Amino acid sequence: MGYANFLFLKEELSLIVLMIILLVYDLFGSQKSLKYFHPVACVLFLAHTLLNLLPQETTIEAFGGMYSCTPIGGVVKTILNAGTLIVLMQAYNWVNSESVLIRRGEFYLILFSSLLGMYFMISAGNFLLFFIGLETASIPMAILSAYDKYKYQSAEAGAKYILSATFASGLSLYGISLIYGTVGTLYFADITHNISGNPLQYMAFGFFIVGLFFKISLVPFHQWTPDVYEGAPTPVTAYFSVISKGSAAFVLMTLLFKVFGNFLVEWQAILYVVIIATITIANLFAIRQQNLKRFLAYSSVSQAGYIMLGVISGSAIGMSSLVYYILVYMISNLAAFGVITVIEQRTGKITLNDYNGLYATNPKLSVVMMLALFSLAGIPPFAGFFSKFFIFYAGAQQGFYVLVFIALLNTILSLYYYLLVVKAMFIQKNETPIVPFRSDAYTRISLIVCSAGIIVLGLFGNTLYELFVNMSFGV
Amino acid sequence: MEITMEYYLVISTIMFFAGIYGFITRRNLLAVLISIELILNSVDINFVAFNRFLYPDQMEGFFFTLFAIGISACETAVAIAIIINIYRNIRNIQVKNLNKLKD
Repeated sequence: MGYANFLFLKEELSLIVLMIILLVYDLFGSQKSLKYFHPVACVLFLAHTLLNLLPQETTIEAFGGMYSCTPIGGVVKTILNAGTLIVLMQAYNWVNSESVLIRRGEFYLILFSSLLGMYFMISAGNFLLFFIGLETASIPMAILSAYDKYKYQSAEAGAKYILSATFASGLSLYGISLIYGTVGTLYFADITHNISGNPLQYMAFGFFIVGLFFKISLVPFHQWTPDVYEGAPTPVTAYFSVISKGSAAFVLMTLLFKVFGNFLVEWQAILYVVIIATITIANLFAIRQQNLKRFLAYSSVSQAGYIMLGVISGSAIGMSSLVYYILVYMISNLAAFGVITVIEQRTGKITLNDYNGLYATNPKLSVVMMLALFSLAGIPPFAGFFSKFFIFYAGAQQGFYVLVFIALLNTILSLYYYLLVVKAMFIQKNETPIVPFRSDAYTRISLIVCSAGIIVLGLFGNTLYELFVNMSFGV
Repeated sequence: MEITMEYYLVISTIMFFAGIYGFITRRNLLAVLISIELILNSVDINFVAFNRFLYPDQMEGFFFTLFAIGISACETAVAIAIIINIYRNIRNIQVKNLNKLKD
């Protein structure tokens, strides 16, 4: 093995270099220079994103197949980068608030190490690397959700997350160990040929997939989601709901396609039930939420159900529509979270009733929020409509007409609760509305980027989708 | 008496399901954590037993075990740090008191 292998890990290496630079800066920077920590981190991360923007042509294999990054995996990494950058910009107020300021540098490092874990998880070619990536992604997220040290809710969210995440990875690991016992290898490429469908392998597969369902928070394994989303600091919640969920969904899909392709019929049956349960139950719960973070938690659970529609088709179209869906979902959800974050930082208000009459005092914010919610609901001119359309198309193409129909009905249901927020902002009156304020430059830029993305992807998303189609592969 | 692979597998299976049972029923956060450790350690036993008895000419299972031990140590460290933080806030670590976040 030569050290030249490391050069293939371009994206990971540049992120590690970025982390080291920030660590040194945080440790040795003078008090005066540390004022520029946030802009420097943002600019460096932007440079890292741009450096790895162009998708690679072929699958990169390194370390004897331990690391294998497909072109579409590279695209997903870029999407995650963009999302993390937006989350970073929205975190500006929170990171510089009084109780967090002293631990500011750690926030970036922990955030980036979790992102690094996701990179490895996406480009794993072996269950060992996959497992390490999964844990590197999820342990820092527990720290992040318990980051508000003096808020009890934050600690409770952290405890709930770390316990359920570890439990889930324990289940997954047990599955992996049984697969190892029956197959004798941990390399994805070798496992594929050796999976013959003996009962032990079915059991192993069951354990494994349940562990991943926990991570993506599909019903009936979603119980931790609303609690953790509510308790964690809002920028971290945004990170949870898009970056972590998006990467986990993509990884589940690649594993099902690459490793468990022989079990196609079985996992389609499992997903069929799970998707219906996820979308319906999450939608029903979302209707009665008052806390907006909790509301978005249930909305993100139901969106995860839609994302799984791309997996169940098991085709290349499904894969490309899933990646496109993740992109659009990320932009829309981050726009909504950006509004919630800035309002919570300025006024501490988070419930639905507080948003009554927001349009009268903060028209721009409420328009951005409306765009985001319309996109999440899938109303035509915006990006969300096309992502939903593509994903329904992928499902219907494989003959899942009933499933797609139920998902469509649920879209109408979800429209109801998204419109509840819009109605609160635009129509309802409020005695004590949120005071008008001017948000900081970072939040403004991130919200502008998100709204532009929602509109532009709605109008010209087709070319991007075509690009994804060319890179995707099926079972 | 020769100890075959089945003995190890029976032990690890018992550990695994005891861990799941404990995770669901224990009322103390530390006990829940211990249950999770049982699950993770049962996986380690599985890997080592499979490797030793079925595929003795390779090392993949052993390596996986080493990494799994390291990672479960990280998880425990983070979990205990968070549990201490909870203790500072509410002066106990009973699961039933983790009820601030709910519908």
